[in-house]
Amino acid sequence: MIRAVFFALLILSPVTAEAHKPSDSTLSLSIENGAIQGRWDIALRDLDYAIGLDGDGDGAITWGELRARHDVVAAYALARLVLRADERACPAKATNHLVEERSDGTYSVMQFTADCMGAFEDLELRYSLFFDLDAQHRGLLQVDWNGATSASILSPSRPSWSTQDGDDSAWRQAAVYAQEGVWHIWIGFDHVLFLISLLLPAVLRRADGGGWQPQKPRGALSEVVKVVTAFTVAHSITLGLASAGWLDLPARLIEPAIAASIVLAALNNIFPLVTRGIWLVAFGFGLVHGVGFAGALSDLGLPAKGLLLSLFSFNAGVELGQLAIVAVFLPLALWAARTPFYLPVALRFGSFAIAAVASVWFVERAFSLSWPVS
Amino acid sequence: MQRQVRRPSTTRTLCVAFVFCAGFVGGKVGAEPYIPFHDDVVLEKLPTPGKEALRTLQKLRAQLNKDRENLRLALSLARRYMDLGRAEADPRYYGYAEAALRPWWDLDEPPVEVLVLRAGLHQSRHDFDTALEDLARVLKAQPDHAQALLTRAFVLQVKGRNGEALQSCRRLPKNLHPLITATCVGRVMSLTGQAAQGQDRLKQSIAAEANDDRLRLWALTNLGEIAARIGDNEEAERRFRAALDLGRRDVYLLGAYADLLLEQDRVEEARALLDGETRIDALLLRLAIAEDRLGRDTANEYRAMLEARFDASNRRGSTLHQREEARFHLEVLRQPESALRLAEANWAVQKEPQDTALVLQAALAAGAPERAGPVLKWVTETGLEDVSIRALIRQLDKG
Repeated sequence: MIRAVFFALLILSPVTAEAHKPSDSTLSLSIENGAIQGRWDIALRDLDYAIGLDGDGDGAITWGELRARHDVVAAYALARLVLRADERACPAKATNHLVEERSDGTYSVMQFTADCMGAFEDLELRYSLFFDLDAQHRGLLQVDWNGATSASILSPSRPSWSTQDGDDSAWRQAAVYAQEGVWHIWIGFDHVLFLISLLLPAVLRRADGGGWQPQKPRGALSEVVKVVTAFTVAHSITLGLASAGWLDLPARLIEPAIAASIVLAALNNIFPLVTRGIWLVAFGFGLVHGVGFAGALSDLGLPAKGLLLSLFSFNAGVELGQLAIVAVFLPLALWAARTPFYLPVALRFGSFAIAAVASVWFVERAFSLSWPVS
Repeated sequence: MQRQVRRPSTTRTLCVAFVFCAGFVGGKVGAEPYIPFHDDVVLEKLPTPGKEALRTLQKLRAQLNKDRENLRLALSLARRYMDLGRAEADPRYYGYAEAALRPWWDLDEPPVEVLVLRAGLHQSRHDFDTALEDLARVLKAQPDHAQALLTRAFVLQVKGRNGEALQSCRRLPKNLHPLITATCVGRVMSLTGQAAQGQDRLKQSIAAEANDDRLRLWALTNLGEIAARIGDNEEAERRFRAALDLGRRDVYLLGAYADLLLEQDRVEEARALLDGETRIDALLLRLAIAEDRLGRDTANEYRAMLEARFDASNRRGSTLHQREEARFHLEVLRQPESALRLAEANWAVQKEPQDTALVLQAALAAGAPERAGPVLKWVTETGLEDVSIRALIRQLDKG
């Protein structure tokens, strides 16, 4: 009974916050061009429990004692980390041993490299350090791959990680690309101006006598939807083709072409050539703009993993940014179209101003000039 | 003449440069990996649970390694590890205990004793509901399993289900040490509006029973806490001091006594009580609060240490420290908004008086008395007697 009493007491004693956190190690991999550089931080206490570091048994671990066991540490730890690239084993080798002091004690820092014999698409990792000794041990994994970072907590019930895991980091990455898409359309004045040039006449319609008169909201909306959809579909096609590498047009052609498309679209509002089927114009020029988006996206750097998702998110971001512009533009334009100023000020003068700005861009881009002012 | 004017300025420049360099080097040591300059540099002091205990543990571990399926050995080793985990306030030992029980851990029908320990380990990780499930299975097989009943009472009490906790205490078998039953019953009664009765029962029992130090320490700590809750600070202090005089180091006791001192603004005494207790987060927190109130420079150092530890814990995805983290945000960082968020999250898991008080304090400090609503309702329903909570409620009513 006495034993039971003792033990019952322990259990019943209120939980206090712990001196140390439970055991965990930090494993960071950075992968570039098929080469894996690793850093593994493991608490000295844990290593001592597993393989014994305190050589003289005085309750203190010295650098000398640790240094003498570095080979054992490396062999023990690396045997509990399996890396496979495209089904090929990647044997790891320790390259350097350091130590680091942390809030809960000193950690051994082991740097290592893993050789996967060549480039690879997928990486799979299996972690089993200390799981047999301490069921609460966790491996805090961080993988940097071509600029994208993925983090994961490895435990006895989830000891593996793989690039195919589709963990939430992919979604975080998607969010980043969507944001970039929105950002690109907002700061990319050329796309905004092109869209506005096409939308300016959408709230008007040709009167029978040849002049303009305000369009009804429903008619305007359907016109806007047609234009925006055509533009979207077109630039999605070329953005996809260019990002996949099937379409490769040099920026020095595309950038002036985008500027030219704005000039033409704006001038068309003043000297109408195309009056029906503006959406066809939107589609044609949208193809050109799409290649421009692809340029911006490649500047961001597309990850090898989740390329499709990133591409899709970037495009979705562009659409969202576009919709936001339309949502502001359309009510304003509908209201303004009823005033006598719309035709001369917004449509004629506005388009003229857009055409002027875009002409400057065209000259700049076509002849690689730069105006001292801009 | 000119040289005399220049000299102090050179010295000052050197001093400033030195401080800069020292700060740089000092800051670097903590953040960057390095190679120690000499073989004799001590990198880590291992916890020493005592030579005798250590030898027993090593022997048991070696035996179990040869005979992984030996239930009796595994149970004995796991109990010892849990014992250490509690004494040293070190969760690694709970992980070792779980590893020893591994062969039975995931069975559909683990042996009853494994279930009891598994419940204790779930409880140590604040997984209270899973702990209760395990205990229910134990008690179905053995309705008067003393340890299961006690653990159940404790878990229910932490969760604020005091009525059920009291039932569990009362079901404890008669042949158990009477002081255990008295402490269980007394503690829970004191949380349900019957502080005086609970206190009396415990006082009588502790006067009569005097044999085991560990048990006495636990009973005295509880008596101290009950007295503090009903506002009898002198009695509380007498009990805490008597518990300290037993000469057994106990983290929970130190924390409770420090809180009593801090509550009475006896900051210097609280600091002296916890002097050097920087390894244990709960004590470091109280030390940081004391140093901060005293306006000492060490408060900054302790604040940084605590921030690093909470960060490390959060990186692991652990919410075990939410109670301490909330108090840290409230009393040290003075960020009542985040403190309230943490206190609310903690209160969803634990409902001991200090958890309850934390939500009220944070709601007051954050100027969001409406967010104290659910807690106030709960306090009324349970009839919790606690002078500091009562004072907070008065303040909330005024505002």
